[in-house]
Amino acid sequence: MTTDPTTATRRLGRPAAARGIQESRTYRAFRVVNAVLLLGVVAVTLYPFVNILAQSFSSEGAISAGEVNLWPRGFNVETYRVVLGDDMFWTNYKNTVVYTVVATAISMVLTTSFAYAISKKHLKGRTVLIGIAVFTMFFNGGLIPNYVLINELGMKNTLWAIVLPNAISVFNLLVMKAFFENLPEELEEAAAIDGLTTYGIFFRIVLPLSKAVLATMVLFYAVSFWNSWFSAFLFLDRAELYPVTVYLRNMIAGATTATSIGGGAGELAQVAANIQAVTMVLTVLPIVTLYPFIQKYFVSGVMLGAVKG
Amino acid sequence: MSTASPTGAAAGEGLAAPEVLAAARTTPLARPPLTTWRQALRRDWRLYTFVALPLLFFLVFRYLPMIGNVIAFRRFRPGGSILGEEWVGLRYVELFINDPAFWNVFKNTLFLGVLTLVIAFPLPIVLALLLNELRSRRFKRFVQTISYLPHFMSIVIIAGMVLQIMSVQGTANQLVRALGGDTVPFMQRAEWFPVVYVGSEVWQTVGWGTILYLAALTQIDENLYEAARIDGASRWKQTLHVTLPGIRPTMVTLLILNIGTFMAVGFEKVLLLYNPLLYPTADVISTYLYRVGILSSNFSYAAAIGLFEAVIGLTLILSANAISRRAVGTSLW
Repeated sequence: MTTDPTTATRRLGRPAAARGIQESRTYRAFRVVNAVLLLGVVAVTLYPFVNILAQSFSSEGAISAGEVNLWPRGFNVETYRVVLGDDMFWTNYKNTVVYTVVATAISMVLTTSFAYAISKKHLKGRTVLIGIAVFTMFFNGGLIPNYVLINELGMKNTLWAIVLPNAISVFNLLVMKAFFENLPEELEEAAAIDGLTTYGIFFRIVLPLSKAVLATMVLFYAVSFWNSWFSAFLFLDRAELYPVTVYLRNMIAGATTATSIGGGAGELAQVAANIQAVTMVLTVLPIVTLYPFIQKYFVSGVMLGAVKG
Repeated sequence: MSTASPTGAAAGEGLAAPEVLAAARTTPLARPPLTTWRQALRRDWRLYTFVALPLLFFLVFRYLPMIGNVIAFRRFRPGGSILGEEWVGLRYVELFINDPAFWNVFKNTLFLGVLTLVIAFPLPIVLALLLNELRSRRFKRFVQTISYLPHFMSIVIIAGMVLQIMSVQGTANQLVRALGGDTVPFMQRAEWFPVVYVGSEVWQTVGWGTILYLAALTQIDENLYEAARIDGASRWKQTLHVTLPGIRPTMVTLLILNIGTFMAVGFEKVLLLYNPLLYPTADVISTYLYRVGILSSNFSYAAAIGLFEAVIGLTLILSANAISRRAVGTSLW
């Protein structure tokens, strides 16, 4: 071989590159087509975002004339002023933040403690506990019994209806379990010999070693609670309790209340596309801004889950 | 799930309370792997306290609703007992089996589910293979970063985008008009809904779906490619005979999981996208039972449908798993 495979791999980034030392003409042609194709994928993925951004800065007239695609037409920032001046928008945005913070905190406590316990191979009943959790991935009670239960527990129109029923994601649980199982046992053994109890070991040894996975889990939960809408839509009746996703949903559906028939779009007067676009931009803004920084944690979290899950 | 091996149990002792450690040291023989509950509780009671709240969560919010499904066989009165008033046997099951509206949503569910499986399941594999052929690490990471983005968007945002793009003044119709066609009110034509649904599904999931395949691709033994090259295999042959078999376990695992969620077809997305004009193709079991149950308060009837759906889902995943274990030797458990 003309190239040392390891340096080739490092330089070119992936093993597949190392095998392309002599290339056929068809393969070179393929690589060009491939690059163009993948640029196409990028363009198609980004287009809806660009389109919404363009619409948000366009005049309603230009939008309904079907003139807006990549660039704003009839430039207008008035709508941003209107939406940002809407007290309900801010109330709902604040609700989203509060729900996300509270829900993520509770989820983290429950998930971490359960994952730690079931990561201990000597724990009696461990298999049953894992089974109890995993079974719920494949079978669940369904919408109606859940709805009846939440009403019965008196959680309607409270934060708890959104937070508690979704507190543990079994996928996240398995990711954390896998992580804890991979921690070197010697550390915990040494701590036990030094007289630390399980609590001491957990708080002083395990948690500080798990910062990376904890951060990943916080992001997993936070993004999913930030994005969620259906529990809120189902269990909150008062507009001042809505998260911003429900605010947006009602705007998209053109409805003024959450109890519109069928929960679908199109039954009431449409809210101007321009206002919808502005609200969508303002809702995705935090996620899109943070996205480049958090993306790699998500990928590593999914990998971790895939290895053991 | 593996049970504790003797070494695991012995290593586990290190985590036990000191007095148990001392006891273990005085015993000449290694502690037998089986412990009684009394011993386990004495040794690990602190660990069991970690389990208490999460277990309560599972029992209340996951298992109680499963039991709550008995209302499918009992008359339920809003405000009455959450487990219903009296037994009515299979009355609600008969009711939906004889309901033509139910069979319409059943058909729609199957159709959208199969269409999604056939189109949206293979595409991430193709995309992962294409990404794998890229030489520039930077370009690869760029494509990955962009294509993962839709995964992080709320379904409400996705639905909003779909409705805007498919509206009469949206991009889809701008294209139709540019190509000389007449404006199509896509979101009012039932025949277009499957296209819109699967198209947006692909847009949202194709990038993120590559992650596990890309991970599996890096695990393939480089020597296999070496051997294939020596045998004179072209790149395409290498892909066919080395790469694809290498990612087969991942493919099978994801396929089984996809089959398991098949009946639940994007409930939230359909709910956000559809309107009465689209019901003939868009209404699925979950949206139907939502309208019947929550909006019209026929709790027992809707619970019967929901239970039916859940049982089919469980059956599908169990059989897919069993078939795959026999046929290709890969299974979830």
